[in-house]
Amino acid sequence: MSPGFTQTDFLSIMPEMLIFGMGLVVLLFDLFGQGRSTRNLAYLTLLTLGAAGYLDVMLLGQFLPGFGGSVIADDFSIAFELVFLVVCALTVLISIRYLEDRGLNHGEYYALLLFATGGMMVMASGRDLLMIFIGLEILSISSYILCGFLQQDRRSNESALKYFLLGAFATGFLLYGIMLIYGATGSIALQDIRAALADPATFQNPYIWMGLGMLLVGWSFKIALVPFHMWTPDVYEGAPTAVTAFLSTGPKAACFAALVRILFEALAATRAEWQQVFWVLAALTMTVGNVLALHQDNIKRMLAYSSISHAGYILVALVAGGEEALAGVIFYALAYTLMNTGAFAVLILSSAGDRERVNFSDYAGFGYLEPALGAAMFVFMLSLAGIPLTAGFAGKFQIFKAVVGQGYIWLAVIGVLNSVVSIYYYLRISVVMYMQPATGDSISTRPPGSVPLYVAIVGSLAGVLYLGIFPGGWLEMSLHSVSRIITGG
Amino acid sequence: MNEYLWLIPALPLLGFVLNGLVAPRFGKGFVKVVGPGVVGLSFALSIAAFCEMLQAPGQSITQHAFTWLESGGLYVPIAFVVDRLSGLYILIVTGVGFLIHIYSVGYMGDDDEYAFWRFFAYLNLFLFFMLLLVLGSSFLLLFVGWEGVGLCSYLLIGYYFDKDSAATAAKKAFVVNRIGDFGFIVATLLIFMNFGTLEFAEVNARAPGVLAAGGGLVTAITLLLFLGATGKSAQIPLYVWLPDAMEGPTPVSALIHAATMVTAGLYLVARMSGLFVLAPTTMAVVAIIGAATAFFAATIGMAQYDIKRVLAYSTVSQLGYMFMAMGVGAFMAGIFHVMTHAFFKALLFLGSGSVIHAMHHEQDMRRMGGLLKHMPITGYTYIIGALAIGGVPLFTAGFFSKDEILWQSFASPAGHPLLWAVGAVTALMTAFYMFRTVALTFFGESRVDKHTAEHLHESPWTMTLPLSVLAVLSIVGGWIGIPHVLGHGVGIGNALEHYFEGFFAKVPAEVAHHEASTELLLMGLTSVLALGCMYGAYVLFSRNLARAEALKKALSPLQKLLEKKYFIDELYEWVVIKPVYYTSKLLLWRLVDVRIIDGMVNGVGNGVRHVGGALRIIHNGVIENYAVGIAVGAALIFYFLVY
Repeated sequence: MSPGFTQTDFLSIMPEMLIFGMGLVVLLFDLFGQGRSTRNLAYLTLLTLGAAGYLDVMLLGQFLPGFGGSVIADDFSIAFELVFLVVCALTVLISIRYLEDRGLNHGEYYALLLFATGGMMVMASGRDLLMIFIGLEILSISSYILCGFLQQDRRSNESALKYFLLGAFATGFLLYGIMLIYGATGSIALQDIRAALADPATFQNPYIWMGLGMLLVGWSFKIALVPFHMWTPDVYEGAPTAVTAFLSTGPKAACFAALVRILFEALAATRAEWQQVFWVLAALTMTVGNVLALHQDNIKRMLAYSSISHAGYILVALVAGGEEALAGVIFYALAYTLMNTGAFAVLILSSAGDRERVNFSDYAGFGYLEPALGAAMFVFMLSLAGIPLTAGFAGKFQIFKAVVGQGYIWLAVIGVLNSVVSIYYYLRISVVMYMQPATGDSISTRPPGSVPLYVAIVGSLAGVLYLGIFPGGWLEMSLHSVSRIITGG
Repeated sequence: MNEYLWLIPALPLLGFVLNGLVAPRFGKGFVKVVGPGVVGLSFALSIAAFCEMLQAPGQSITQHAFTWLESGGLYVPIAFVVDRLSGLYILIVTGVGFLIHIYSVGYMGDDDEYAFWRFFAYLNLFLFFMLLLVLGSSFLLLFVGWEGVGLCSYLLIGYYFDKDSAATAAKKAFVVNRIGDFGFIVATLLIFMNFGTLEFAEVNARAPGVLAAGGGLVTAITLLLFLGATGKSAQIPLYVWLPDAMEGPTPVSALIHAATMVTAGLYLVARMSGLFVLAPTTMAVVAIIGAATAFFAATIGMAQYDIKRVLAYSTVSQLGYMFMAMGVGAFMAGIFHVMTHAFFKALLFLGSGSVIHAMHHEQDMRRMGGLLKHMPITGYTYIIGALAIGGVPLFTAGFFSKDEILWQSFASPAGHPLLWAVGAVTALMTAFYMFRTVALTFFGESRVDKHTAEHLHESPWTMTLPLSVLAVLSIVGGWIGIPHVLGHGVGIGNALEHYFEGFFAKVPAEVAHHEASTELLLMGLTSVLALGCMYGAYVLFSRNLARAEALKKALSPLQKLLEKKYFIDELYEWVVIKPVYYTSKLLLWRLVDVRIIDGMVNGVGNGVRHVGGALRIIHNGVIENYAVGIAVGAALIFYFLVY
């Protein structure tokens, strides 16, 4: 690496620098603005995210390797970064009320969210194994703290500790895998690894296979694929609800971004092998995730479990490979973010004030008490279940279409069957909302300050319907951004 | 400049969203403005679109909204087309719909707030789906609209869902329509298999090349489409739901079950005229079913006492008329009658609604009589409607469209004197039973009970205004289709014929030549007889009720048969419903479902529960177990990588 950095180097990581820098600014503001409302910090965070989004859009269509090729700003990283920014923005919007209700007006919450988001962005734009690993660690450590943010709550502490212990365990696997691959190929840059694997001698080196196995274990843990998912119920349940919404969308998308880059840019030669592994893991993940979600009476837990099976659907796309399928990964990442966070937002809003609503039975007659909120929830559930005219359908359709096109009929059948099963528990809430007599009251007390939640709900709803009715635009962009990944250029 | 077409259906959808979601916060006044308002705007846009379409090359404008799906051989664009057929339809749907929305403000005014916004939300939603059905460029969009209007019809028939009969009627309408929908779906699949597209324009254009004329395939497709049409448009054998649908509020009967939704079947046949003319067998079936339904329903209508039921059977009968026209290849005559019928039947229903409103929901004509002096506007507009449907010659809309159908059924190459005869007799019966309702309701001695009589009043302006507008339309609406034999002499052309010039496919046959004198003779004959029937009914049921009773006694068995609607409902009950019910209960439910399927499902369920239990044991929160899980997974991955 040359000692002098060029302008391109900095240009390529401009959005990331902005996010990290502003994270520090938020911390400082919090320090000197003791006692004042943290609402302003939340708005500052949103502003930062908007600015980063603007920078990302400016970088669209570019191909800017920076810092000796260890990071890159290309359409693939930008597409994912936009998803992360949406995830983070929605999380901020749904957190404000949640934190205020619990008297947790600590500004570092938003700083941590920014750091986590920056970590995810580094994962998507990293082009060597260590850079991706650093991004992942920034994300993970921020997430551990966010999980334990309810300091007085035992479950929240338990959540953070478990996430940390098992995360460290998985990190070990990951780092070990990186080391083995480096040992066999002599490089950590994705392009060089790809080149090295063209040599048959390197390709047959057992270190490659051990390294690949270790990497797969590590990523499977981070994405919570079955059977590496066991930490999720405890972590998701204990974490603050807003953080659960964040964890089930953003980090998973980031891991998929990194995984796609590593597998298709560096390890494409070993595709036949990991394809087989993922086939099995995808089938397991979709099915077990669904079975676990099926019997939940608590909606937060139901959403958390079902996020496992949604990761399974995305994994199906990785099995298929190909431009269509990988575009499906990006498409689904955004679709899932919108519908899942939207549903969490309704949960948080209706649990605000004096009455906690987290169980199915709390929503009896909700559709009549709160027609607009009920309808929004209904649409989110339809989307999660994959009913046409919603983002969820468009995403699943894109993925399963590609999978069938590649000849993995049985995997598609398992996926579609699982979607059918999921209709049961997603629409169960609609049944409760519209077909059972109301027992509670409408959200009678609307303390000021729910506006960000409404913004989150309306925004997600608009997104879900837009992607469902006009999937063309985002799909086009997804397709465009993966084309270079496939060809390895 | 046709990017606004999407707004025509979207505005009622917006109304649905506003009324359904936001209205509870703003109350009735909000709904009163938004409900009719969005439809009025939609009507204005429809007029604009109609005018633009007339100027456009080929009299057709299309808005390609977006591509919804594109996958392999499946290409699903969402596009809206206004051509001469759909242009006329959107004018009817939004225009009559607008009037009925205004009327509903008055008619439903007494309902409580919750019911009020629900009503307008459903009504707006109905218009959205109806406009989607008509404007859609392909079978897929038409199908979305088709199912959507069915859903709204179900919701609105069962609007008073705490009333058992309403809930049952709604269910009946839904189930019977599903039978028709089955035909529609299969036909759509067959068309897609053979044409590779679902776009109307392409299917119609390529039909002669793809399907052999008179072949089995085209006959099957068109018969299946017609099965769908018989469900939605209430023809034999699927008409049974429509009379029961009168359980819904009267504006609903007027809008959905008279003016718009029930003509969707006719729209489908007219839209696919290119396919239907290739299948002479189907055309004959359409004509015969239409004629039979027209006759059959008219006979039942003669012996009913519930004013809305008479109108319902009359609607079934008139729809049969329209199908008869299409069956003989006179698509234009059929659409002409769709239009005029929309005017006068909506008028009659709304008039009856006005009466029912004043009578505190009394619908039995035996307890009415002499109402003209209490509600003059309702009375006179209703009489105009009855004159129109009865076909009073030379000035009512019904005369021109009905005469066109009768003449075509006689003179068209696919026509037959027998069809004409059935149609003519039906016309006479129609004139008779309509004036029976006029006489029983508005003339003669008052049979209204004392309490109700004290409160008799004319309806508010929101109700009488739509009545008046529709009354005018029921007269002038027919003047666009004055037959040559009448208009030529005085220099009036047939505007409608000119409008539809070359739009519909023609039955391939030589056109037989008929003397103008024949047409005039038949026209005169039916007209004079119809006038006679009207007068006879009027005299009999206004001043000579005793004689009417005597006549009823003399015809006792026949009268009973008609009053009980030929026992068709009972027949269906015993032949179809009971066997299906018991088969499903005893065989499918008790044996197949409970024993076999439930056994399997419970087995799987128990299995899953056991697995779930096992999973729960593993998910016990002990972190060492989780680490073991990771180790097992790692082993699994390495196993796969090695082998």
